[in-house]
Parts: sequence; C-alpha cells; structure tokens
Amino acid sequence: MAEVVLKDVRKTYAGGVEAVKGVSLDIPDGGFCVLVGPSGCGKSTLLRMIAGLETITAGSVAIGPRVVNDVEPADRDIAMVFQNYALYPHMSVYDNMAYGLKNRGTPKDEIDKRVKEAARILAIESFLARKPRALSGGQRQRVAMGRAIVRKPQVFLFDEPLSNLDAKLRVQMRVEIKRLQRALGVTSVYVTHDQVEAMTLSDKLVVMNAGNVEQVGLPNDVYKRPASRFVATFIGSPPMNIVPGIVEGDGRVAVGGHMLAVADMAPGLAPGTVLDVGLRPEDLEVSGGPGIRLPVDFVEELGATQLFHGKLDGAEMVVQAPTGAITSDTRQLTLTIDAAKVHLFDRDTGARRGR
Amino acid sequence: MEKRSVISGRLLPYLLLLPQLAITLVFFYWPASQALWQSFMLEDAFGLSSEFVGLENYAALFQQPEYFRAVGTTFIFSTAVTVLSLSVALLLAAMADRQIRGAPVYKTLLIWPYAVAPAIAGVLWLFMFQPSLGLVARGLRSLGLDWNPLLNGNHAMMLVVLSATWKQISYNFLFFLAGLQAIPKSLIEAAAIDGARPTRRFWTIVFPLLSPTTFFLLVVNIVYVFFDTFGIIDAVTGGGPAKATETLVYKVYSDGRLGGDLGGSAAQSVILMIIVIALTAVQFRFVERKVQY
Repeated sequence: MAEVVLKDVRKTYAGGVEAVKGVSLDIPDGGFCVLVGPSGCGKSTLLRMIAGLETITAGSVAIGPRVVNDVEPADRDIAMVFQNYALYPHMSVYDNMAYGLKNRGTPKDEIDKRVKEAARILAIESFLARKPRALSGGQRQRVAMGRAIVRKPQVFLFDEPLSNLDAKLRVQMRVEIKRLQRALGVTSVYVTHDQVEAMTLSDKLVVMNAGNVEQVGLPNDVYKRPASRFVATFIGSPPMNIVPGIVEGDGRVAVGGHMLAVADMAPGLAPGTVLDVGLRPEDLEVSGGPGIRLPVDFVEELGATQLFHGKLDGAEMVVQAPTGAITSDTRQLTLTIDAAKVHLFDRDTGARRGR
Repeated sequence: MEKRSVISGRLLPYLLLLPQLAITLVFFYWPASQALWQSFMLEDAFGLSSEFVGLENYAALFQQPEYFRAVGTTFIFSTAVTVLSLSVALLLAAMADRQIRGAPVYKTLLIWPYAVAPAIAGVLWLFMFQPSLGLVARGLRSLGLDWNPLLNGNHAMMLVVLSATWKQISYNFLFFLAGLQAIPKSLIEAAAIDGARPTRRFWTIVFPLLSPTTFFLLVVNIVYVFFDTFGIIDAVTGGGPAKATETLVYKVYSDGRLGGDLGGSAAQSVILMIIVIALTAVQFRFVERKVQY
C-alpha cells in the first residue's frame, strides 16, 4: 500500500493542446479518490499519467516514496481496470488473471492460490476455464477486477469501469467495488463522469473541469459548499438552480423580487452587484408567508419525489419535494430557503463569493 | 444491423448473377474441363492427332524423377517465400503500427511493390543480381563471393525467392497492419501494466490475436507461390539452371509449351487444380469461421 502524490502535473499534447494544466493532489494510503468531470476535462489523462500510459509533460507523480515519472507501467506496482475491461480474448479467465503474475515470475502454486482466492472473493470460480467472450458484461467486469486484485498492487486505477454496464448492474458493481476496496485497503484512483458514482465511492472527491481541479474534498463537503458554479451544477441531481440575484446589503440578496437571507456571503459586496445565486432543488421549501413566486410549468413524478419545473427571471428552476408534501396550489409555488443553503457565485468567474 | 433488401421475382436475381457466372464459365470451367479432358489424351509427335489413353499420362508422370524433383523445388521455394515474406511483412507492419509521424509515406512506399507486374519485378532483380552487370552482384563478387545465378542452382533459387518475396511483402504487410490496428490499444496497455515487456507482449498478446490474419495469409501466400510466381521464374531463370528453379507450375509450361507434351502437361495442371481446391477448402473451413481464440 502507498500514498499517491501529484505535484503540479501537466500534460501538453504534441499539437499544443493542454489536457492537464497543473494538478496537485495528495491521496492518502488506503484512500479512495474519485476524479469526476465532464468528458474532455483531463481526468482520464491524469489517471493514465499515474499508470504510466501517458508521459508527464511537467510536474511529478509519486507512488509511495518513489517518484515514478520515468518508471515503466510494469514497474509501478499498480493495477488498472479499463472501461472496456481489456480482457485478453484468447486466454481463459484463469489465464487472464494469472498473466500478470506469470510475467513477474511468481511460482506456479502461488499463482494458483492467488487466482483461486480472487475468484472466490469475486464469485467467478465456476467459469475460470471460460474465454472472456462467453461471459456477460457483469462477469467480464468481475474478471477485470480479479485481474487487478490477484497482483496485490500498491494502487488500483479505475478508468470508468462501470460505464459499459446497464443501470441495475452498475449500482450493484458500485457497491461491490466499494466493499472490495474497503476490505483490501488498497489506495484507489477512480475516474468517472457519473456524479452518483463519484459521491458514493469516494472519500476524496476531485472535481475537474478543462484540465484544472475545481475542488477537492469530502463528497459531502463538496456537495454542501461547492467552490464554484461549475461544481455546484455538476454535483447533485437534479442540478442546482442558478438564478440571478442582486446584492441588497450584507447578508441579503434579492431573488425574483424577494429578499433572501444569506449566511455565507463575502464581505464588502457593493449593493446592486448582480450575482449568480445557487439554490438546490431539494433545499427549497414552500413558504407560508412571503417568498419567491414560481409559476410551475409542469410536474415530473419520480415516485418518492416530485419535481416542479418553472422559470424564474428567464432561468430554469426546479423544486424537489417528497411526493404529497406540497399540498398548496401546485400551479404557483411560493418558496423560501434556509439562509445556510444559499450559494453565491461570481457572474463572470463562477467562483464562490462566500467567506 | 445487417441490411437486407428483397428482390421480388426470379428473373432479376438470375440476371444479376449472369455476368459473374459467364466469366466463371468461360475463364474457369471451360479451360478446366478442357485440361481434364486433355489429361486423358495423348498427342502424336507432330500434334496432328490424339488418342484416348485414360490415366496413362498420370502414371507416366509419377514415374518421372523430374516430376518429383519439381515437387521438391516447389516445396523449398514455397516454404522459403512464405516464411520470409510473412515474417518480414510482420516485422514491417509492427514497426509501422508503432510509427505515427510519417506513417502514410512509409505505408505507401511499402505498398508500391505490389503494383509491379511479376515479370517486371523479376527483371528488376535479375538486373541487380546479373553476375557481370548487376550492382548487387558486383558488390557480392568484390566481397569474394563467387555469385553466379546463371550457373549455380542455389544462387538462382535464392534470386527467385528474393524476387517473389519482395513482391509479396506489400500484400502481407497491408493485412498485418490492418490486423494490428484492429487490436484494441487497451489490451496492449493492460499487458504493459501486467508487467509484460514489449517483446513478451508481442508474442503473448499481439501474435495470438493476429492468428486469423496469419492463417489467412499463409493460405493466400502458398497459393501465390504455387501459381503467381510463374512470371518471376520465367523472367529471372526460365526454370534453370539445369531445372534448379523449375516449380510445378513452371513445369506445366515447359512440358506443354516447350516440350509439346500436352497430355502430360494437362495432367499436371489437373493435379495443381486439385491442390488449389484443397487449399481453398481449408481456407473456407477455417478462415471463414475465423480461427478460434
């Protein structure tokens, strides 16, 4: 086991495209770090640099005490699970899992012991003799995991491993990966564009955008206090509402003609400054008294919850509430929100304007 | 998804098949059946009449030591050309697959020899290795080698093997390159992370995954060496010296056209035809189903 430390890591491709623009990151031993972001944000490139599949243009990557910039992938003591599993089609499941051990000259009986043990953990013992193409997607996924765990590496790297599975299997495998990582205690770096996977798996969440790290933190902290408008709208489903607001004074913002109290507001914002105000759909409540008036266009029924869609000052707005909780007139909602749950962002830079 | 279109009526499908059928009939079945018929006939010395002799031509053939010598020559020739052209093409393709910049130029240059007619390719090599004029031959001689393909059978064999190989490398290269590019990159990366060095990766991952391509090329190359190298042999050595480079297909020509033994030559053609049919059957059985892995 080892920690992974990235120092100002950069990647510039031959054409001059900057995929990763200086990322520093500290993943503790045994930690589960998830890199999340939209496609093209550089998260996969970063992972591949840790794996040694991409050269590092500048900065350093260290696994444990060793800087591995110039170390071959084979010598980094890592294992990787690929999006398309990358199982060797001409080898049986057993040989797929044994390949990495054979290459390292592990004794035969030791290989056998480890492969059988991994197969038992992943419940794939019954098809060790089969070829990958005779397996279902979920089974292939397990074999790919098995290939990673037999090696007992210092670091697991996951490159969107669940994106080829159907929704139900994805949830199941997500839980299994988490459980397995907990049990083995191996430092893991996981890349995904799915914010649910990111929230549920990580104990260190890294949100990336356009080659930069937007925010690093515990998943709940990122959710509760997004550092930028980008993070605010990326993490959370349905995404956070962003509506225009005008600073009225210290701790007060007008939204849709209604005054909102704000707990976290940067000092010295001049009255009249226009800001982006972030309000999570699930944080908005129906008010008995005055509030933001939202005409509702339509309602989406999700079973346990309802989503009320409307428009406020031209911006899309969604309100989420448990089904049946809103008993007033649902064609027009009067909304209020806890002062602690109002997020302010700069209109131009998108940076959080909090204390 | 496969697109299926339905043609109604019976006439149109037959009409559409007709040109291909006509070509096959005129250029394959007709000459093939003529050869078969002729292989049962014996011409008189002046070619004025012929009589039916049944399998006598075949029997005579199998009593000729020259025939078995040609079989041996063909075996050596085809093994050498197939092994050489496949391995060199694989090496070049593996290098081209890695190369990113300048790859189109590299590929184009490698593909060109395929566009050269066999006889021309033969003449090209003939000139280079011609004992008294050829550039390479003079180089070899200055190194103290007594190079003379006109007199030395082994030298002549080397020359035709080289010419035939050179000609076939392009074709093999194209297929190998396509095969290599069809291997998902992530497999190679997974193997790299699994601790396999490039050479080991090649033999344990890339080469097994190329096996359908290799098998296909093996069959195609054998067919090529058996039949399409006629032009090269004719231009470079004419089967000589002392029949050292006379392959089965060249013997058909020299016995029939030069020797006037039409019946014997036809019998040899029929045997060659059986070999092609057998090879094609093998190819259909294995390649069309794809080699299993």
